[in-house]
Amino acid sequence: MAETEETRVSARALGLRDGVREALPAVLGYVPIGFAYGVVGTAAGIPLWAVVAMSVLVYAGSAQFIAVSLISQGASVAVLVVTTFLVNVRHLLYSLALSPRLERMSRRRLAWVAAELTDESFVMAARTSTSRDTRLSFSFMVGLNGVLQIVWIMSSAVGGVLGGFVGDPLALGLDYALIAMFIGLLTLQMRGSTGVIVAAVAGVVSLGLHLLGAGMLGIIVATVVAGGTGLVWAERR
Amino acid sequence: MRLLAAFVAMGAVTYVSRLLPLLILAHRTLPPRVLRFLEAVPVAVLAAFVAPLVLAPQGVLDISLANQGLLVTLPTVVVAARTRSLIATVAAGTLLMMALRAFG
Repeated sequence: MAETEETRVSARALGLRDGVREALPAVLGYVPIGFAYGVVGTAAGIPLWAVVAMSVLVYAGSAQFIAVSLISQGASVAVLVVTTFLVNVRHLLYSLALSPRLERMSRRRLAWVAAELTDESFVMAARTSTSRDTRLSFSFMVGLNGVLQIVWIMSSAVGGVLGGFVGDPLALGLDYALIAMFIGLLTLQMRGSTGVIVAAVAGVVSLGLHLLGAGMLGIIVATVVAGGTGLVWAERR
Repeated sequence: MRLLAAFVAMGAVTYVSRLLPLLILAHRTLPPRVLRFLEAVPVAVLAAFVAPLVLAPQGVLDISLANQGLLVTLPTVVVAARTRSLIATVAAGTLLMMALRAFG
């Protein structure tokens, strides 16, 4: 179904509704993780307003989980800000890689698109621009990004409110939703020998650095090394 | 108030990473080699995220039947390759994991 639908709409420009529709698989992953963040946040003694405010103002899953643990340990504002910067610096790569996939648009519109750029919104946008072989419009990005952040904020609020009444939602296995989405995207996007080599190099380097305790920095290094390897491989052929 | 100030600053430093490349590259044409590198970024990022989550969920390498993530990943890949639908993949992977955690 997805195949025929994609070929049918590729002729016209993608708009707001397409962005909303493309967000759906990521929504399935956001709901349990956002909910878990809300539960963990209020359980750590952070007031509900602050749990929700962080989803509005920071909007970055892993950084928010780390911030909850730092706040509950009484970390200073400086520690919070520096840690968040280091955990989120990978967004430079997304912003860089998204740029050639967007239609030309004003800087004001770019500033809007950038505000809600996440791991998931980047990979969903990249998938759409590759599969439709098209550049993405401002309205498509507003639809995709807007749905994702609204869902994230609402899930954290619900998690924060219900936190006292439910157990750990991730113990059920719902944390696997985002991993399943990443696996699905990887399977669908890995094309040709270059795709296989890029994925293999990224996986091995990232795993190695992870085992050495590199954290988010490992993701960035692995991505750059794998992208470079893919470039060399593609040019040798 | 201290928390609110912290969140504003945390959002600001994150926004710098999100915005800077888009602004700098706006209305510029990148060289073909750079474009080819950037084209590889989505697959690279996905593999870089997935490998540790699946192969070392507790921080140490775990290639065994006790690794539930690894067990569920194999059928999830099959569903993705066969249906070529992301929704079906997410649903199948999550349901399989829930079943494994409930009965495994």
